[in-house]
Amino acid sequence: MYEIVETQVLAPTVHRMVLRAPEIARKHRAGNFIVLRIHEKGERIPLTVADKDVEAGTITLVFQAVGRTTTELGELKAGDRLLDLAGPMGEPTHIDRFPGVVVCVGGGIGVAPVHPIACALKAAGNRVVSIIGARSKEILIMEEEMRRTSDELLVATDDGSYGHHGFVTDVLRDVIEREGKQNVSLVVAIGPVPMMRACCKVTEPYGVSTVVSLNPIMVDATGMCGACRVTVGGETRFACVDGPEFDGHQVDFDELTQRLRAYLDDERRAMQVWNERHGSHSCHG
Amino acid sequence: MAKINRLPRTPMPEQEPHVRARNFDEVPLGYTPEMARQEASRCLQCKKPACRKGCPVQVYIPEFIDEIAKGAFGRAAEILKQTNSLPAVCGRVCPQENQCESYCILGKKHEPVAIGRLERFAADWEREQGEVKLPELPPKTGKRVAVVGAGPAGLTVAGDLILKGHDVTVFEALHKPGGVLVYGIPEFRLPKAIVKAEVDYLRRLGVRFEMNAVIGKIRTVEELLTEDGFHAVFVGAGAGLPRFMGIPGENLNGVYSANEYLTRSNLMKAYLFPEYDTPVVRARRVAVLGGGNVAMDAARTALRLGAEASIIVYRRGREEMPARVEEVHHAEEEGVAFRLLANPTGILGDDNGWVRALQCVQMQLGEPDESGRRRPEPIPGSEFELEVDAVVVAIGNAPNPLVPSTTPSIQTTRWGTIVADEETGQTTMPGVYAGGDVVTGAATVILAMGAGRTAADAIHQYLGGA
Repeated sequence: MYEIVETQVLAPTVHRMVLRAPEIARKHRAGNFIVLRIHEKGERIPLTVADKDVEAGTITLVFQAVGRTTTELGELKAGDRLLDLAGPMGEPTHIDRFPGVVVCVGGGIGVAPVHPIACALKAAGNRVVSIIGARSKEILIMEEEMRRTSDELLVATDDGSYGHHGFVTDVLRDVIEREGKQNVSLVVAIGPVPMMRACCKVTEPYGVSTVVSLNPIMVDATGMCGACRVTVGGETRFACVDGPEFDGHQVDFDELTQRLRAYLDDERRAMQVWNERHGSHSCHG
Repeated sequence: MAKINRLPRTPMPEQEPHVRARNFDEVPLGYTPEMARQEASRCLQCKKPACRKGCPVQVYIPEFIDEIAKGAFGRAAEILKQTNSLPAVCGRVCPQENQCESYCILGKKHEPVAIGRLERFAADWEREQGEVKLPELPPKTGKRVAVVGAGPAGLTVAGDLILKGHDVTVFEALHKPGGVLVYGIPEFRLPKAIVKAEVDYLRRLGVRFEMNAVIGKIRTVEELLTEDGFHAVFVGAGAGLPRFMGIPGENLNGVYSANEYLTRSNLMKAYLFPEYDTPVVRARRVAVLGGGNVAMDAARTALRLGAEASIIVYRRGREEMPARVEEVHHAEEEGVAFRLLANPTGILGDDNGWVRALQCVQMQLGEPDESGRRRPEPIPGSEFELEVDAVVVAIGNAPNPLVPSTTPSIQTTRWGTIVADEETGQTTMPGVYAGGDVVTGAATVILAMGAGRTAADAIHQYLGGA
């Protein structure tokens, strides 16, 4: 059993959860993720690690309550326990001291997985420019953490309630223009699929290498089932063991979108069952 | 004696095919004590039992059968357990017809003794009596062994070494111990309660299990030896890397590896969705590609998940199918259809990216190939489409690369299997042994257990045991 040390609501439907997991904290590298299962009847779901504290022996997850399992996860409190927690999974981010500047782009909930990567790039001596965005100011997350680990932090909101009025892609284009494409060594873009695809569309004409972190459906996350297969450069790869990070210019985003929709009907049904069982919660009775 | 021998082999009662094809309960119901004693009485009690030669773990076959014939069922189970730590499992999933039973002298003129059914009976009988008696354990040796993977090979090593006085910790990547016994083999062929009982027995003997521990990620094999104080490591990580056909359309929604399809259903209990949270596609018509035991498991699972049609698509003929005859027979009885000599060439999707049909070409058998089986060749112009809404690819698995790729001292073959000495299981890294599918490529439960037995003996010697 894995103890929940702390929970916090960062924004509507966005939760932060600190878990006691000393070994995972020690072994975790930027880019890794974990798999958890809440209880005996639960699904295994992958979540990226937003932060860790090796001394305290904790890892921090940030997730959005969108489906059955994440909704249930969001209702847990400090002192509650998860039945299963496995990790760190996946290949870590390639961290190096790159010439020029590296740009970390986080969209929506994607700011969470970008954070440890920005930290690792900063620690390796890079000049880090970070761009974070959300639909609106009140759902923008981890601004302070990102500011601490970046040489420069730029913010965009779709509705213009904070920072640049528009998308992170607009800001990304401005940064590349401003720095000069030859001076941008790397762009790391993580967020919803349309956002990652749009970032890749921006960087491709400049020839700026762009890493994205993919979030396909997974079951075991050890390479055993192949549920998470994605097409990269015309080849099938398993995101759980070959990824989750890939060259964004090579990723078949259409296929990823299609595969992410495979269980939509089931997810709706599972939510319905959950709401019926927990009726008092949904109507605040 | 000759008169007794002419008794026919005692059949084992089964659920009716039309009933069982819609439930996940076990298909064969097992012998009653009377049936078991009758079947046991057929054994000739050979002085030099040939059957034992056919058993990868050399079960004392005539001895345990003799105890059943006498009605001493508990004693029969004890004898089984001297050499086989998982008799209730082996009695169900071993291919006895190619092993012990194929050597039975009775089988030359009549039918062989139903050794597997008797093994199952004795193990089940003992378990149903309540808590199984623990053997006396020798004094502790102070040596610690790490076992990577809680599948058939790893459980065998753990069971053998704990009985020799070593401390054993099993590291399992998934959340439940059992490996392929829990994620792969369906409930209707191997009830999970039986696997749990076997694992609980090992726990009572003192074996420690660490679940959710992906070796290669949370710890490396090297760290187990240098930092965690283990004196030896056994790697039984299994063949957990599914192969796909490499045909167009394989990433459409509704296409599964057999591993995924079976893991969702067996380990995650998707057949009980939405009571359990993990879903699986409930297809109307399912094509299963392949002709092995895993293909049969997937095809039979599809029926139980509500499919109207479940079709095995295999590129060779019936004779060439690698599945056990019994599995093919069970599948056929339940209504699984067979499209033999049909090779899938592509999967077609609808506008939403879901499977709508499987494209195939008809094959004919030509000259034998290097495997000795007649090579299938496509018949020009014989392409056809099979309307299906799910496809399960069951053409085999490669070894899981997580351990070898993080352990440079362990040498692997170009197929990704770990190089290990056949006599000892010793790998190219001192103190590290390996066995099961990670060494042989996908094979059977009992062969993995045999390799576990071999490695356990070698590890015991390596640790200074006699």
